[in-house]
Amino acid sequence: MFTDIADRTWLWGAAGFYLVGFLLGTLSILRTGRPAGGQTNILIALGYALQLVGLGIRGKAVAGCPLGNTFEIFQFTAWSAITLYFMIGVTFRLSLLGYFTSCLAAVLSIVSLIFPGWDATRRAHIFGGNTLVELHAALALFSYGVFALLALTSLMFLLRHFSLKSKQFGGLFSFLPSILDLDHIGLRLLVAGVSLLGFSLTMGLIFWARGIAAVDAGKFIAPILVWTAYSSALSLRLRGQLLAKRFAWTCLVLFPIALLSLGFVDASRHPINPPMKMASTR
Amino acid sequence: MSADGLFVIGANHHRAPIEVREKLAITADNAAALRTELTQIAGLKEFAVLSTCNRIEFYGVGSDATAVALVTAAFCARQNFATIEFEKIRLSLRGREAVQHLLEVAAGLDSQLIGETEIFGQVKEAYAAAQSSGSTGPVLNRVFQKGFQAAKAVRTNTAITAGQVSIANVAVDLALNIFGGLQEARILLLGAGEIGEKTAKAFQSRGAAALTVASRRFERAMELATLLGGSAMPFEQRDARFSEFDVIVCATSAPGTVVSLAAVAAAMHRRPARPLFFIDQALPRDVEPAVAELENVYVYNLDDLAKIAEENRAARAAELAKGRAIIAEKAEALWRHVAPQVEALANGVNASSVPRADPA
Repeated sequence: MFTDIADRTWLWGAAGFYLVGFLLGTLSILRTGRPAGGQTNILIALGYALQLVGLGIRGKAVAGCPLGNTFEIFQFTAWSAITLYFMIGVTFRLSLLGYFTSCLAAVLSIVSLIFPGWDATRRAHIFGGNTLVELHAALALFSYGVFALLALTSLMFLLRHFSLKSKQFGGLFSFLPSILDLDHIGLRLLVAGVSLLGFSLTMGLIFWARGIAAVDAGKFIAPILVWTAYSSALSLRLRGQLLAKRFAWTCLVLFPIALLSLGFVDASRHPINPPMKMASTR
Repeated sequence: MSADGLFVIGANHHRAPIEVREKLAITADNAAALRTELTQIAGLKEFAVLSTCNRIEFYGVGSDATAVALVTAAFCARQNFATIEFEKIRLSLRGREAVQHLLEVAAGLDSQLIGETEIFGQVKEAYAAAQSSGSTGPVLNRVFQKGFQAAKAVRTNTAITAGQVSIANVAVDLALNIFGGLQEARILLLGAGEIGEKTAKAFQSRGAAALTVASRRFERAMELATLLGGSAMPFEQRDARFSEFDVIVCATSAPGTVVSLAAVAAAMHRRPARPLFFIDQALPRDVEPAVAELENVYVYNLDDLAKIAEENRAARAAELAKGRAIIAEKAEALWRHVAPQVEALANGVNASSVPRADPA
C-alpha cells in the first residue's frame, strides 16, 4: 500500500512533522514556559523516518544518492542536520537544540517543496555508477548539515550571550545550555564540518585530476570558497583571534552563504548523463 | 466523633514570629520523649510530628474530642510554653482541610520561600520517624504517601520550583549558565566577610571544588580558606592572577573598586577563550563598571542578583494558584477515600477493615 505513495508525499509528511515539532515547542514555551522536550524529539524522529523513506524512494528512482537538483540537496541537508542532531543531542543533552533543529529542518524541507522549479529536472545516474564519486557528493552535503547545526548552536550561543549581558532569563532563555558548552560544541562542529568538506573536496580534486568526473568551474570553486571561509574561521578560532560572540556571528552568517553556494554547484552541473524530466517518483 | 477526627495542630511561620518558633523548636531528645508521651493518649489512634525551623505540626487521628487538647497540653508542657499563648498562634485544621494542608506543606506551597524543596525531605523524614515508632496507621500512611505523590505532581506540572530565590544561589545559577558545571571552575573569593562566605558555600554545595580566598587581612583569608577547605592568596597578587580563575566573587568592604578594567583586560588577554564571571556583592562596588563591556566577561552586582531573585520569587508566587488547584483536587479525592476510615477509627472499628471509598 505504502509503495504507491510518491516520494514527495513522504517528504511533505516529514516536513509536516518537523513543523509540528517546532510549533508544539513554541506553544509549550509560550504556555508553560518550558520546551516540549520529549514530544518534539518524537515528532522529529517521525519526520526523520518519513524523510528517510522519501529520500530512499527518490534514491532508488535516480539510481544513487538523491543529490541531483536543488530540492534534493536541501532535503539531504535537512536530513543530515537531523542525523547529527540525534548524535549530538543525545551525547550532550543540549536543551532547546531539538526545538531549533526542528525549525531548521521544517524551513529547509518546506522551502524545497514549495518551489516546484527546484525539482522540475531530476537527474538519474549522476554519479555514473561510481560509488566513490557518490560518497564524495554525499560527504560534501553532509558537511553542510554539520554547518547547519553549527549555525543553530551559534544562534543559541548568541541568545545565551544576550541573555547574560542583558540580564534577562525568562522564557526561552531559561532553557538555553551554558555558554561554555555551546562554545565547545560549536568548535567541535566546525572541526567536523571542515574535515568532512575538506575530505570530500580532496576526493573531488582527485577525480577531477584523473578525469573521472567532469565539472564546471562554479561547481569547483563555490565549495572551495565555502571550505576556505570555514577553515579560516577555524584557524582564527584556534589562534584565539575569533572568539565568543564574533565566532558565533561568523558561523551563523557563513551558513546562508554556504547554502547559496549550493545554487552555483547545482547550476554548473556537468552531468555524466544528461538531465531528464521525470514524473513524480512512485 | 466524626470524620473530623483527622486533625493537624501546631504553629508555623504564618502566625508565629521567629522568637516564638525558637521556643517551640523541639530537640531530637524531646521529640522522642514527646512521642512516647503521645502514645499514652488513649484517644489518639495515629500521629506524626513534623518539626522544621519554620513549623512544628502534629498530624493525628483521634477517636474522641479530647485528643487535640491532650496533644496540645503534652507539647506545651514539654516545651514549657503556656497553653494559652500557644492557642493564640495555633494552627488547627480538621478533616479535609487538614489533608489539604499536609499536601500543600509537602509541595512547598506553604513554605516561607514558596516552592522550596527541602520541606519535601523534611515531611518524608517526619513520616519515616512516625512509621518506625509505630504511630502511623492506615489513615496517616495513606495521607502521607498520597501527599508525596501530590507534591511531585505539583513540581512536575507547575514552575513552582523554577529559579533560585536567594542571592547566593542566584549567583551559582548564573555561573552554571556560563560554565555548565562547576566541577572544573576555579573560584576566587575577594573579601572574607559573611556575604562572601555564604556565596562560597553555595558554590561548594553545587559542586565547586577549587576555591581560593584573598582578603586585605591575610590571616582572615587563611582562616576562611581553612574553614572552606580552600587556599589563601595575598590580596596584592589579585591583578596578576585573575586569569587563573573562572568565577570571582567580590565581597570586600573596600571604599573603592578593587578590580580594575586594565587588570581584567590583561587577564582576558591571557585566557581569551574562557569566560570570566564577576559576582560583585560589595557596596560600594568592587568591580569597575567598564569591566562588563569586555568580551567574554560577565559582571553581576548586588542589584542585578537581587532583581533576579525577586523575579524568581514573583514567578513562583504566580504559580501558587496553579499548585493549589492541583492540591485541592488531590486533597478532595484523598479525603473521600480516607474519611470512612477516620470515622471508623473514631467509632473504635479497625480502619483497615473498612471498605474503601472512591480510589484516590
